[in-house]
Amino acid sequence: MNTLYLRRRIANALAMALSLLATLVGLAFLAWILWETLRQGVGALDLKLFTKITAYGEDGGLLNSMVGSLVINFIGIGIATPIGVLAGTWLAEYANRTKLGESIRFLNDILLSAPSIVMGLFVYTIIVLPSTALTHGSTSFSGFAGGVALALIALPVIVRTTDEMLRLVPSTLREAALSLGVPQWKLTLQILIRAARSGIITGVLLALARISGETAPLLFTAFGNNYMAVNPLEKMSSLPQIIYQYANDPGDAMHALAWAGAFVITMFVLLLSLASRLILSRTKVSHD
Amino acid sequence: MNTGTDHIIKSYDSELARLTGEIVRMGELSVTQLEAAIDVLERRDERAAQRVVGNDEAIDQLEQEIGHDVVRLLALRAPMAGDLRNVYAALRIASDIERIGDYAANVAKRSIPLSMVAPVAPVHGLNHLARLAAEEVREVLAAYSDRDVERAYQVWKNDVVLDEAYTGYFRQLLTYMMEDPRNITPCTHLLFMAKNIERIGDHATNIAENIWFQVTGEPLDKQRSKRDLTSNPEITKLGE
Amino acid sequence: MTDSALATNPVPVAPAATVAPKITVRDLHFYYNGFHALKGINMDIPEKQVTAIIGPSGCGKSTLLRIFNRIYAIYPKLEAKGEILLDGDNILDPRYSMNRLRSKVGMVFQKPVPFPMTIFENVAYGIRHHEKLSRKDMEGRVEQALRNAALWDEVKDKLKQNALGLSGGQQQRLCIARAIALKPEVLLLDEPTSALDPIATGRIEQLVEELKSQFTIVIVTHNMQQAARVSDQTAFMYLGELIEYDRTEKIFTKPGKKQTEDYITGRFG
Repeated sequence: MNTLYLRRRIANALAMALSLLATLVGLAFLAWILWETLRQGVGALDLKLFTKITAYGEDGGLLNSMVGSLVINFIGIGIATPIGVLAGTWLAEYANRTKLGESIRFLNDILLSAPSIVMGLFVYTIIVLPSTALTHGSTSFSGFAGGVALALIALPVIVRTTDEMLRLVPSTLREAALSLGVPQWKLTLQILIRAARSGIITGVLLALARISGETAPLLFTAFGNNYMAVNPLEKMSSLPQIIYQYANDPGDAMHALAWAGAFVITMFVLLLSLASRLILSRTKVSHD
Repeated sequence: MNTGTDHIIKSYDSELARLTGEIVRMGELSVTQLEAAIDVLERRDERAAQRVVGNDEAIDQLEQEIGHDVVRLLALRAPMAGDLRNVYAALRIASDIERIGDYAANVAKRSIPLSMVAPVAPVHGLNHLARLAAEEVREVLAAYSDRDVERAYQVWKNDVVLDEAYTGYFRQLLTYMMEDPRNITPCTHLLFMAKNIERIGDHATNIAENIWFQVTGEPLDKQRSKRDLTSNPEITKLGE
Repeated sequence: MTDSALATNPVPVAPAATVAPKITVRDLHFYYNGFHALKGINMDIPEKQVTAIIGPSGCGKSTLLRIFNRIYAIYPKLEAKGEILLDGDNILDPRYSMNRLRSKVGMVFQKPVPFPMTIFENVAYGIRHHEKLSRKDMEGRVEQALRNAALWDEVKDKLKQNALGLSGGQQQRLCIARAIALKPEVLLLDEPTSALDPIATGRIEQLVEELKSQFTIVIVTHNMQQAARVSDQTAFMYLGELIEYDRTEKIFTKPGKKQTEDYITGRFG
């Protein structure tokens, strides 16, 4: 009896210790990454980051990359949001429990975990190459193509969260509206989307956070640009791409810029996560 | 309509069974009291008569207990349908039995003044009445504990026998009183005692009616002959 | 009555009520993924009275209620056969307009489900779908519905607030207001108080009593005392069959069938 009890206590203590250790290891790396980004990034932080465009040497800033990132992300999320929300709504409200709906849901999940470089190659093939043909030879990398590549990454995230959030809305809410004679389309647009609104917005914000750190799909699409470009039909610089480029550079000044860029992206993603948390927690009471 | 199956909540069953048990016990006590009352009358035993009167307290106490149990069941179990009729009937039957006990005590009480005067002949006639009444109460109690409507109905129908015996006894007493005015006092006592015993029969029929309602949910159909024929003006003429 | 007699004798379709039936159910069968959930229900529901449907879980009582406004039709693989006549017209007929049906038959559900909008909008929302009203008329209608649902005094100063801020009992009365705002003729209540505390339950029951002068009410409830308290007639269902249907007083004092007696006295098992 006593030995049994003792053995259990030992096993318990051991399991606790091991899981604590595992957690600490994971957290330690995370903290290390954050710390390193913070240390190096804050060290390189300078007003010229936001006022000057990229230039080789001490004088460079990141203005064109930040503007580029904003434009590309805006295009990406701008394309993905309406399509994703509509597709998610269709899945949850019209194709729920049908074979077609289930298959599409499955395909969407595959898309969700597809390697992002594949998206870049895909967009390179369907947009960049054909437009190169149109412009008679000069390769047509563009911010727009980058945005489309990012949209392809954001899309499954938005579809998934919209679908999930709508399916979380209690079915009695649907029944209540339908029992008043309200047609399905009105019910969906005016009640269900509203009930799931905070969840859907959160999904969009998380998708934005996800794409703002993507590098690979931009290499073949937006390409990069050492000059300021706001026209999405031109080549465009972006933060992840410039980090990639400068990190490979032997110059210390370039490394510092890369760190600063990393810091800016990290902060941006952090803010998005916080915002989505805030939105979700504020409307938690919605269906009780 | 006890269906044989038990309640999902077992303690509910035991509470209902307890109620039935209390009624039966109370009923038996009242019959014993009636028999004891007749016994003390025949033996002219004043002290025993006092004891019978005192014993009525026990019946009253049982009635109170039943009342308490009924209120408890109503409040805590919220009985429905057959159970509801069961509890309702228990309350009514208890009050009938309490009245039976009162009448038995009254008989014993009147035996005291009777034992103080010279014995009169018709005392033995009362014995017959009392036996009929006691039998009636026993029958109706048996019907109650078996939930036997047929038996209850027989009791209800046969009460007419007691009523007729009472009417006969009434005439007999009238004759005695007319024969000799000195018989008037004891015979008046006997008359009241006989009336009490006749009333016991009426309460037994009330119980039968309640059993009927408890089991069937319907009131017993009331098409029966007049019970107390002494209220008929004809009867006084017979004595002349 | 023995069980075999029960199987052969058709169940009486209506208690000895003198009122004309508002809803007449004739030989109604219901199938759920091939499962025979309702087996030949015949039942007359009298106008402007409260009819309660009781029975153990899975007996089909909620299913029956949900056929009365065809809300079941929003799910696939459900099928109803037979007739349900509302004022003489078969609502199961596909030609019967859903809009007409839903404006005539209102429903309140087990859990209070206000729409994610203001209190005012919750009530106005349904009206707007069926009628074009001026702003002033709409305000009048909303007020009248909220008064009818005994909620007006509690919410008149916060009509612009989100309905989700109300208490459970208030939310349920708001749902009743929302349903009666359409001026339906029949009101279906699907276990309307099962999520409420006794005081909120009492308020709803009082409300049901007040509303029955204007509406034909059908209430499904697990709470037998509630059925006894609020209804004029009670139907007892078991395993998809209507076992007994009679005046409430009769059902609870002297039911005609053994199964009914067993259920309401707590002898089921």
